[in-house]
Amino acid sequence: GLFVWHLRNTGIRQIPCRFVHLYHVANDRLITFQYFNFLKRMYVTQCNKDLSQQAKPKSESIVSPFRELQQLDQEKKIVHKISPVSPVHQPWSETSSRNELREMKSAAETEDSIIPVGAESKEDRQWKEMKLQLDDLPGILARLSKIKLTALVVSTASAGFAMAPVPFELTCFLLASLGTGLASCAANSINQFFEVPFDSNMNRTKNRPLVRGQISPLLAVCFAASCGIPGIALLTLGVNPLTGALGAFNIFLYTCCYTPLKRMSIANTWVGAVVGAIPPVMGWTAATGSLDAGALLLGGILYSWQFPHFNALSWGLREDYSRGGYCMMSVTHPGLCRRVALRHCLALIGLSAVAPALDITTWTFPVISLPINLYISYLGFRFYRDADRSSSRKLFFCSLWHLPMLLLVMFTCKKSVLEKEGKGDLPGGSCDRAVEIGLP
Amino acid sequence: PPAHSRSDWIGPPDRLSNLRPIIFYVPPEESALERRLREARQEAQASNQRFWARHNRAFRQEKEEFIYSRLKAKGLEIRDESGQKATLNAEEMADFYKDFLSKNFKKHLQYNRDWYKHNFRITFLMGQVALVRALRWLRRRKKNVEQ
Repeated sequence: GLFVWHLRNTGIRQIPCRFVHLYHVANDRLITFQYFNFLKRMYVTQCNKDLSQQAKPKSESIVSPFRELQQLDQEKKIVHKISPVSPVHQPWSETSSRNELREMKSAAETEDSIIPVGAESKEDRQWKEMKLQLDDLPGILARLSKIKLTALVVSTASAGFAMAPVPFELTCFLLASLGTGLASCAANSINQFFEVPFDSNMNRTKNRPLVRGQISPLLAVCFAASCGIPGIALLTLGVNPLTGALGAFNIFLYTCCYTPLKRMSIANTWVGAVVGAIPPVMGWTAATGSLDAGALLLGGILYSWQFPHFNALSWGLREDYSRGGYCMMSVTHPGLCRRVALRHCLALIGLSAVAPALDITTWTFPVISLPINLYISYLGFRFYRDADRSSSRKLFFCSLWHLPMLLLVMFTCKKSVLEKEGKGDLPGGSCDRAVEIGLP
Repeated sequence: PPAHSRSDWIGPPDRLSNLRPIIFYVPPEESALERRLREARQEAQASNQRFWARHNRAFRQEKEEFIYSRLKAKGLEIRDESGQKATLNAEEMADFYKDFLSKNFKKHLQYNRDWYKHNFRITFLMGQVALVRALRWLRRRKKNVEQ
């Protein structure tokens, strides 16, 4: 741990302080998982070393579009699995986004009392010229499009693609992933475009490019259009129209339904769950060209997963939601919040059991996944009964590893395509048109 | 911002509203369209500032009052022996949060409508200004090429 910390530290010494946030250092909460703790320690030492002048430690009370949080924390887990030792030099955007990750994680474990003074560095307090800096542009656009969240969305779409019962086609897979990624960038940019004053008032989101004036709203919209239109076109023409339609619909759902609805009614959570469920469906339709029951099941699993994840998280952010004017179940209907979380934990068990019936996986899947599904349901029940911070945090952290593990198990239990060869024509021709057109 | 600067400047977040104020640069040869854009942005900024400053102040005030009344009801003092401000835990504050949100619901709906209107209008004007500037630049280039 120390060695890695040292590596990280040397890498970011030159990074301006504004990208490093302090958080509540005297945090003695029990961290359920070792690597979360490990990462957190790294950042504590990192932060302490880097910030020369700082206000009191900020206890982060952070509001997040739940999707973002879910995906980002997922990503941290995935990243951690892949590369346990971080590289020496990290681009600042990565570091700051990791800090955001950590922030968000600690958001779930902070006190409810807000210490209003953020740990702003001197640079943050200065007046800045509102001129577009071209060398900053890639970083700015990355943050505008929530690039890490996009990466996670693409990975859930890939999971959908991988689970489809057709022979794997690399071209199709890459086109679908790219198209989904572009669509997600567009949607996220528009979301930030809509939410500038609200983001300004929330600790986690107040350093977004539009809030800081690093980019003009016009540019944000142009960027969104230049990602969204090619992205959807790529999906429609290069993959198949169904995937394109789903992508366009998802963008619409996220930007025009979920984002405004967040401030109007608690129904936003359900809409948001659908938004999260569509990418794997898109992956599946990209592979097979049709909306089978399997696609819907995969979507259903992701849909159900959103609830324990988000409801548990939102439990600790009630103050920010209340002040920001966001209508969330945890504030307005706390009982419903917990009931729904529990209900959907149990639904996950049911959905996993349906998978073999639809020939997506072998019967081993519900058996192997039963322990983790039971565990999350147990935590869901504890959250339902106790309704306190510790149970909500436990449930939230569980959801972070639960989903990747479930998808992994699902993939390993996937019913082999060969087994089904005898069942007639496999619907693997969805990308044939693209291949014929001569795309690389 | 320095006097010779030809661009807008954005400052640190306001203490009350958490919004970042912008000082707009007024070019000497500002066109009518550009003036409309600048005025729209100024108006939006003022309106946002008013709303959030008032809203956040109200939140803090009402929160204090709530804590005070609850502590009173429990028979405790505002500050305990060590001089620290006594606070209520999350579950007790939950009632306040729910209350505050529903009280301000209509206010937020109205503000949302206003904000979206401002935002779209400003962005549209920005687009117009950018288009005009681009055409002007193209025309100038054509003239230079012809000469």
